[in-house]
Amino acid sequence: MDKIQILVIGRHPEILQTVIRLVNNNPEWNATGCATDIEAIAAFKLQSFRLVLLGGGIEKESEDILCDTFRSINQQITIIQHYGGGSGLLSAEIYEALQGRIAL
Amino acid sequence: MAQTVLHKAETRGHANHGWLNSYHTFSFANYYNPERMHFGALRVLNDDTVDPGMGFGKHPHDNMEIISIPLEGDLEHKDSMNNVAVIKNGDIQVMSAGTGVFHSEYNKDREQRVKFLQIWVFPDKKNVEPRYDQITLSADDRHNKLQQILSPNPDDAGVWIHQNAWFHLGKFDKGVNTEYNLKAKGNGVYVFNLSGDIKINDQLLNTRDGYGIWDTDKFTITAETDAEFLLMEVPMLS
Repeated sequence: MDKIQILVIGRHPEILQTVIRLVNNNPEWNATGCATDIEAIAAFKLQSFRLVLLGGGIEKESEDILCDTFRSINQQITIIQHYGGGSGLLSAEIYEALQGRIAL
Repeated sequence: MAQTVLHKAETRGHANHGWLNSYHTFSFANYYNPERMHFGALRVLNDDTVDPGMGFGKHPHDNMEIISIPLEGDLEHKDSMNNVAVIKNGDIQVMSAGTGVFHSEYNKDREQRVKFLQIWVFPDKKNVEPRYDQITLSADDRHNKLQQILSPNPDDAGVWIHQNAWFHLGKFDKGVNTEYNLKAKGNGVYVFNLSGDIKINDQLLNTRDGYGIWDTDKFTITAETDAEFLLMEVPMLS
């Protein structure tokens, strides 16, 4: 079975790496991490993602640009805010998002 | 008409990692229950016991208000803001993770276990500058009355967080009752009963039961036995 592709965006490099590692702990999920908007938009154009996690440090202006760009490419994309930084909340957030119960 | 939710103690999520025995009121780590995601802005209520000489290694957080209340024993705290501190029973610790912080929490004692509550509240502002604080509370100030231990206001009693939230502790003798008036419209209160039996209006809570109440301005608390409890008033969010 193909893994669920998840794009993780966060400004803090160590926290971003932690979140990627925790997402990848689930054998059904695969995370791609990006620290900048340019990298994130480039990755989104190259790959088909099911979910986008917006991590810490992303300014409101960037968040709006990213959301608008992703939705212009894929109207069905689910985008959520990840709170807590690679914490005990990550799995539940992803499960909730994949079932359509939370989204930005 | 007030709305309520009852979480009996035995229905909480449970994870025993050997060194850490944790009960989760809301979904956390490997415990996932879509019906137990949060109570308004209150996202995590973990009832943790840490073995002697063990603890949480260095790990990150961002965008979360993290409150720790030790119930027994001492925890040593270290973080990436160069804070090194010990929190003891009677203290309350708060950390605004904001743009990102790393920390560790260890039970340095070789014999005594640490029991503490780990509480996470969604912030009302994202990407704030990380901060840490801890204070010592006077147990006398909650005997048969409510002691404010947290608020949104730096100048108010207790610690403060980036959220329109107020926490109170109470240690009531059997038969004592009081009324709690909510501080802000749109808020609800999650009651966590630490020990003994209490009633919130007509609802009996036993030890470690949780009870959320919202769409109301006030409620009564009655100690059915000698009891200790924590009230967490938080925005209900939409």
